[in-house]
Amino acid sequence: MTRHLVMDEPATKRVLDELPQSLTGKPMDRPDGPEKVTGTATYAHEWNLPGTVHGVLVRATVPKGKVTAIDKDAVMKLPGVLGVFNDERFLRNPAQGTANEAPIQGPDEIAYLGQPIALVVAETFEQARHGAHRLQMRYDVAADGVFDPEATNVPHERPEDDQLDQGDLDAAMKQAVSVVDQVYRTPGHNSAAMEPHCSIASWEGDKLTLRGSYQMLNYNINELADSLKIDAEDIRMLSPFVGGGFGSKLGISAEAVAAAIASRELGKPVVVALSRQQVFETVMRRSESRQHIRLAADADGKLIGLGHDSLVSNLPGEDFYEPVMQATHFIYTGENRRMNMEVARVNRICAGSVRAPGEAIGMVALENAMDELADISGIDPVELRKRNIPEMHPETGQGYSSRPFAEALDEGARRFGWDKRNAKPAQTRDGEWWIGMGMASAARVNMLKEAKARVTLNADGTATVETDMSDPGTGTYAILTQIAADMLGLPGDKVETVLGDSDLPKGSGSGGSFGASSSGSAVFLACQDIRTQLAQKMGMDEDDLKLDGGKAGDMALADALAGDAIVGNGHIEPGETSKDKRQATYGSYFAEVGVNAVTGETRVRRLTAVFGAGRILNEKTATSQCYGGCIWGIGMALHEELLFDTRDGHLVNHDLAEYHVPVNLDVPQIDVHLLEERDDWASPIQAKGIGELGLCGAAAAVTNAIYNATGVRVREYPVTLDKLLDQLPE
Amino acid sequence: MKPFTYARAADTPEAVREASGPSHDFIAGGTNLLDLMKLEVMAPDKLVDINRLDLKQISETEDGGLRIGALVTNSDCAADDRIRRDYPVLSRAILAGASGQLRNKATTGGNLCQRTRCYYFYDTAMPCNKREPGSGCQAIGGATRLHAIFGASDQCIATYPGDMAVAMSALDASVEIEGKDGASRTVPVRDFHRLPGDRPDKDNVLEDGELITAVTLPAPTGGRQSYRKVRDRASYAFALVSVAADIGMEDGKISHAALAFGGVAHKPWHKPELDALLTGKEPSDALFAEAADLLLAEAQGQGGNNFKILLLRRTLRAVLREATQMGETA
Repeated sequence: MTRHLVMDEPATKRVLDELPQSLTGKPMDRPDGPEKVTGTATYAHEWNLPGTVHGVLVRATVPKGKVTAIDKDAVMKLPGVLGVFNDERFLRNPAQGTANEAPIQGPDEIAYLGQPIALVVAETFEQARHGAHRLQMRYDVAADGVFDPEATNVPHERPEDDQLDQGDLDAAMKQAVSVVDQVYRTPGHNSAAMEPHCSIASWEGDKLTLRGSYQMLNYNINELADSLKIDAEDIRMLSPFVGGGFGSKLGISAEAVAAAIASRELGKPVVVALSRQQVFETVMRRSESRQHIRLAADADGKLIGLGHDSLVSNLPGEDFYEPVMQATHFIYTGENRRMNMEVARVNRICAGSVRAPGEAIGMVALENAMDELADISGIDPVELRKRNIPEMHPETGQGYSSRPFAEALDEGARRFGWDKRNAKPAQTRDGEWWIGMGMASAARVNMLKEAKARVTLNADGTATVETDMSDPGTGTYAILTQIAADMLGLPGDKVETVLGDSDLPKGSGSGGSFGASSSGSAVFLACQDIRTQLAQKMGMDEDDLKLDGGKAGDMALADALAGDAIVGNGHIEPGETSKDKRQATYGSYFAEVGVNAVTGETRVRRLTAVFGAGRILNEKTATSQCYGGCIWGIGMALHEELLFDTRDGHLVNHDLAEYHVPVNLDVPQIDVHLLEERDDWASPIQAKGIGELGLCGAAAAVTNAIYNATGVRVREYPVTLDKLLDQLPE
Repeated sequence: MKPFTYARAADTPEAVREASGPSHDFIAGGTNLLDLMKLEVMAPDKLVDINRLDLKQISETEDGGLRIGALVTNSDCAADDRIRRDYPVLSRAILAGASGQLRNKATTGGNLCQRTRCYYFYDTAMPCNKREPGSGCQAIGGATRLHAIFGASDQCIATYPGDMAVAMSALDASVEIEGKDGASRTVPVRDFHRLPGDRPDKDNVLEDGELITAVTLPAPTGGRQSYRKVRDRASYAFALVSVAADIGMEDGKISHAALAFGGVAHKPWHKPELDALLTGKEPSDALFAEAADLLLAEAQGQGGNNFKILLLRRTLRAVLREATQMGETA
């Protein structure tokens, strides 16, 4: 049987709150933790299939043009080399998240420097890598490559469904008492997941098994099938452990397709792992942005106008663009609104989803502008934001589902000690350091996605949860275990969760923060299905069924089951509630920074963050996600920048030595507080997404604190010392 | 990685003998060389492993200095009691670089030979005169945040990236080198690294097969020493600029001044006229401004690194104020 729920009505019956056991929400240790810390969790590269040979991808070294010749023969003569492939099915770039079909294919047409165009396979990894270095190619280089999104010779497109012109913003700007009219720029970012992308392909007859590191097997299997021109039924994908994704493993990418093609040809398992440089050059980047923000406020600081125009970029032929204004549409009031999106087509690495696409940078610029408005209008930044929380969606007129935004602002201010801030910049010194405090709001859209799960209540009274869902370090194993344990009245260690196998029911995949609430809901429904069947079996009313401590009423579960397992299936789909209400998650950040008066080096001293994301499913893993988001925010504010050479569009800093993510010393003690909240409109478990919320504005708290410390407003990220140096106060 | 032959040397003469010949390299910690070999930025035919050589001691010299064996690891050198007491600038410079794991492997001799971090040197798709003489310099006109403001040429604008050698330059240390047939020579650290000129492929003065055996430090001057490294993140980043200083004070005047600068040139930058200008003078902001003017007179930005000129001026002033105990910088 299947318990199917289309989320058309709010889930006002809060089932998880009425159960005898409430493991859900508790900071339960990850069940997969011991395997991970003992090195026994099998990541993509670690399967060690007998007879595996190694492939290394070869990149284009020109930014645009055609491959006219590949000197395969010379490389084939090298020791150990088994094959050189440049099949027409090779991917130009990875599939975009949820594409469900192949991306643009064909290795001979070069669209960016770094594009994978060949695969060298050899007996050992070292031989393959050397062959890849040696492979000589000839190109017909095109002279019309374009590399700078802001250059006038670059084609710009305006996506139709991301243009808004409501009321009269120009008039509002004239009429306003306080205005902000500024341009902010954010650079490209890389997901920089710890585990580089890797796939092992092996065939038995026409059946392909692909062991990879992927976030969304439910889509990836179709993308792989479409890329290879085979049936999805002939593929099994395994991805039980994923060493971080952050969007970079949403869509099938070059190494999987190349490994499958080579393996078929050679009749052996082929493993292809990306080097760190290849991760930077061939996997999705976050687009840089130019954001023009206009705020028009009345004498009370209330917005009467709000403008947010963005320019982002992508390769020709890609539908995805960074949805920069996603939260700007609903977070603040203001009846006169203009928001226009422009996409520049450039010959740079493909742009796609990187952690919190849209809000990650859009909220940052908006929150910088709000800080400027607070400064100009003389209204406290926290108070200014509270005054601009709209009653109804200012564009659609929708109401909001649960929205503890003001509460997050107040609680953050209280925990941080915001009342000790001197609103006047450049007033506080600690030795050689200027000290400042800043804050920002957090907001991120909430999504529920279709998901299925199977739960088996085994005859011995234990349970097994199964879905193709992934756990890219987020805590999926933990939360699905917790939900099933509570619903079936079992201790956590009596529930086993099995993930990352495409033969299992299709979950939502991990992306857009929707994984936990969507797959969690599917597991919840599957457990309801079991409860119904068990009550029937026991000849009782389901409402009277009490499952607790491994017992059904007074009877041990194994006895109640009488030797039979019960299989429950759950199936959740989004419905009307996602249209009836604007669903989102909210929060606040408060940062204290020191800016060195001599050098302009900035160090974050304290960070407080408060978030509301509906029901928290596991306090520990949720908090860890938020820590991660805050650290992303520090990186975005101070360090991270994809540095492109504007002469040929190539990525200059394609490794972790020169693409700077924060190191331990850059990260202070972070105080994350999660609000107690239930959102009945979001999911039957009242949970919303939390993974990405941690960085949706975080960088702005840091840069607003830099302004408070020094009086210098930098509108070009990251705020490296050179942008402060010549303006520091004496 | 290109296949290579491997030989393990038992002593210095054998190491030198084995390494003679083009495309032969020594390997000690390998913290830089192995990375470069994986990328085929360097592709030696032969590696001579010198880790068994007896060059792992720090010993006292007759003139009151220290002799640091070429295979003393960065970690051991930085932690040595005598270094910490008498040459704190060296200890601090070493600890400002890399990570604990890397410092445990990296050696004194190897660290002197650390190669540039120029993005274009590291990317074999790009022309680079240092990697491939005659191919051109793509860094010029490109991304130059890391690059030199002193002593660059139209062939190369790369910097020496390390910290340790900058401190050694301030301390006026010497490099002991052994060559073919037992020939040995001593080169001041200040002359060990080269400017790029028209041979940017040559980082330093080592000739074919020559091996660094030790670095000797002269007797401590008794001055106040400091190492200040300015960088883009709090740890694990190369210096944008760094200043190593050894400043002595007597009767309110500067009695000894030795300054060296990192992140600004193809070598640890040392300007004897700067040390001379400061010596014998009473410390003052005016004097320090004059010193900065002298140091920076020949500075030349490349665009992306123009900020280093102001940054170096400000950092130099702060270091001098601290070293002369004028108090912290406003």
